Amino acid sequence: MKTTFALAATTALALFMAGNAAQAETLRLLTWGGYAPDNVIKLFEEANPDITVEVTLSNNEEMVAKLRATGGAGYDLAQPSHDRIFAAQQEYNIYKPLDLSKIETANLAPNLLDGVKANATIDGALYAVPHQWGTSGIVADISKAPNVKGWGDLCNPEYKGRTSMRLRRTILLGTAFSLGKDPFALYGDKAAYQTMLDEVTEKLIACKDNVKTYWNGGDDLSTLLLSGEVVVSEAWDSTAFKLYGQNKNLVYVPPETGALAWIDTFVIPRKGEADDAAYKWINFVMKPEIVKLMSDSTGAIAAVSNGIDLLPDDKQAAVKAAFDEQDLTNLKFFANIPAGLEDMEGKALERIKAATSN
Amino acid sequence: MARTDIGKLSLILLFAPFALWIALLIILPQLGIGYISLREKVGPGEYTFGFANYIAFLSEPIYWNTLLRTAWMSILVTAMALAVGFPVAYYIAKIARRRARAALFLMCLIPLWVSDLVRAFGWIVILRETGLVSTFLQKIGLVGGPVELLYNDATVVMGLVYTVVLFMIVPLVSTLDGMDNSLIEAGYNLGGSRFTVFRRIVVPYAMPGIVAGCIIVFMLTAGSYLTPILLGGKNSMWFTEQIYEQFVTRYNWESGATFGVLLLVFTSFVVWLGLRLTGQSLASTVAKD
Repeated sequence: MKTTFALAATTALALFMAGNAAQAETLRLLTWGGYAPDNVIKLFEEANPDITVEVTLSNNEEMVAKLRATGGAGYDLAQPSHDRIFAAQQEYNIYKPLDLSKIETANLAPNLLDGVKANATIDGALYAVPHQWGTSGIVADISKAPNVKGWGDLCNPEYKGRTSMRLRRTILLGTAFSLGKDPFALYGDKAAYQTMLDEVTEKLIACKDNVKTYWNGGDDLSTLLLSGEVVVSEAWDSTAFKLYGQNKNLVYVPPETGALAWIDTFVIPRKGEADDAAYKWINFVMKPEIVKLMSDSTGAIAAVSNGIDLLPDDKQAAVKAAFDEQDLTNLKFFANIPAGLEDMEGKALERIKAATSN
Repeated sequence: MARTDIGKLSLILLFAPFALWIALLIILPQLGIGYISLREKVGPGEYTFGFANYIAFLSEPIYWNTLLRTAWMSILVTAMALAVGFPVAYYIAKIARRRARAALFLMCLIPLWVSDLVRAFGWIVILRETGLVSTFLQKIGLVGGPVELLYNDATVVMGLVYTVVLFMIVPLVSTLDGMDNSLIEAGYNLGGSRFTVFRRIVVPYAMPGIVAGCIIVFMLTAGSYLTPILLGGKNSMWFTEQIYEQFVTRYNWESGATFGVLLLVFTSFVVWLGLRLTGQSLASTVAKD
């Protein structure tokens, strides 16, 4: 809901500014909350006095929906996650191929760049480069729930009425892993995937009683955990690391089946009007000194070779408290969603939401 | 001759903003939505036309159950808003002294100056487990542990009544205001009891206001989005949420548009049915001169 409000505010601002700032170039950025902090925008505008940055805050689904509505117009740079490029481009044709020669790829972490290349190349053209990455997993209040190990603990009756999750595809995948399945391996086989989804749906409906409420955004989640109303929850690691700064009992637990890893990327919408400014922004925010400011604001790890070392000290401590070497090798990167699968997942989520509980 | 031309011209000019408003902001988008709802997706970027989206709606119990639930709860909210709003409106229009009236009316309007979102968050702060009410009840020893008052249907209904009750009060006050007090006195003089006077004189007179208020409140409730979702939590199922999910989360504009059309048709049907069952018609109430 906060996003909606910020959105309305920025839109109003954008309309207001459109009248005034016609002579200078404008970079219209469509991104996540925290991904364009004021201090970074200020430094960028000082370095490029002819460019003004306008920010609209959003999430994966809304980014694709917005760009689809205009056929890729209205924004010059967007930041969907790496699994939202392929199908969206194929179906709606909303992105522009990137010119890698304009991006200082030497800064980028090779494994993440290769991962995104594998996911976002269509007919030989590359549509995205990585920006930041992070994981989804569990956050637990270790003073009240010390033995949390994985996704299954969200449905552990020991924490009845004290758990929370976000009713989106992540929890379906996490629960599937906790039931001993590998959803990514079933992506190619729709019938098998449906069988797996049915099992997951059943599990999550039975679990509904255990859940206090479903959270929608980082702010909801933070309030629920900081007030102590929830002791175990599905969480983005970035939010969890911020919480760790405020309460050392709130620790991020990578599930034993592997934390689910996402990479937020840079894409240029098909009808973007400020490509040069967009490339300038990409290269600018990947500079080590800017990465530090950015990670401080987002809590996520930049897709540069030494990303973890460039985190601010408190977040570095939180990452080290959460991950050991084995957790890092056990990461499960989201695979491209084949067309049609999201519809099946959507139906499963509706069934869970509609099921009755106390 | 010239005179009628001027008359015509001014009529057209006066009518133009209204016509443009209706055509561009209401009819055109509705036609667009209707068009998309008849489009069937067969593959990436390929479409045919037909009623498949409507059939899909009917064959999935989750969807029509949500629609029925939304309609049912909206009717409940409307009835409660009428029950709460009528005495308030009667007091403002008939009992309060003339000078107090404006102030009372203004006080009713003040909550409208705050956005829906902020008001919903206000309820969350008050009702959550670590919120004001729960803490207070624990302090005075009425309950042993924290109580969760959010995330259930009763809270959603209460929140909605709070949001829409003003739209019931305003039309009621303006109709009751026009009622001559001598009508009520005449009723008493002819030997009517309080209840008879209320039933035979006040309610029939206020009927245009009641009908207008009920229609506005019902439509607002059935189309509200923020309050049911924020206060309803894990058990909130509201039809507008389904529409949002279809459009944004599932990229399925075709079925989202279908749901939009169905919501409009269904709520209109409920209003029609309500008018029929109570023996009212728009011509004899809202449009009465």
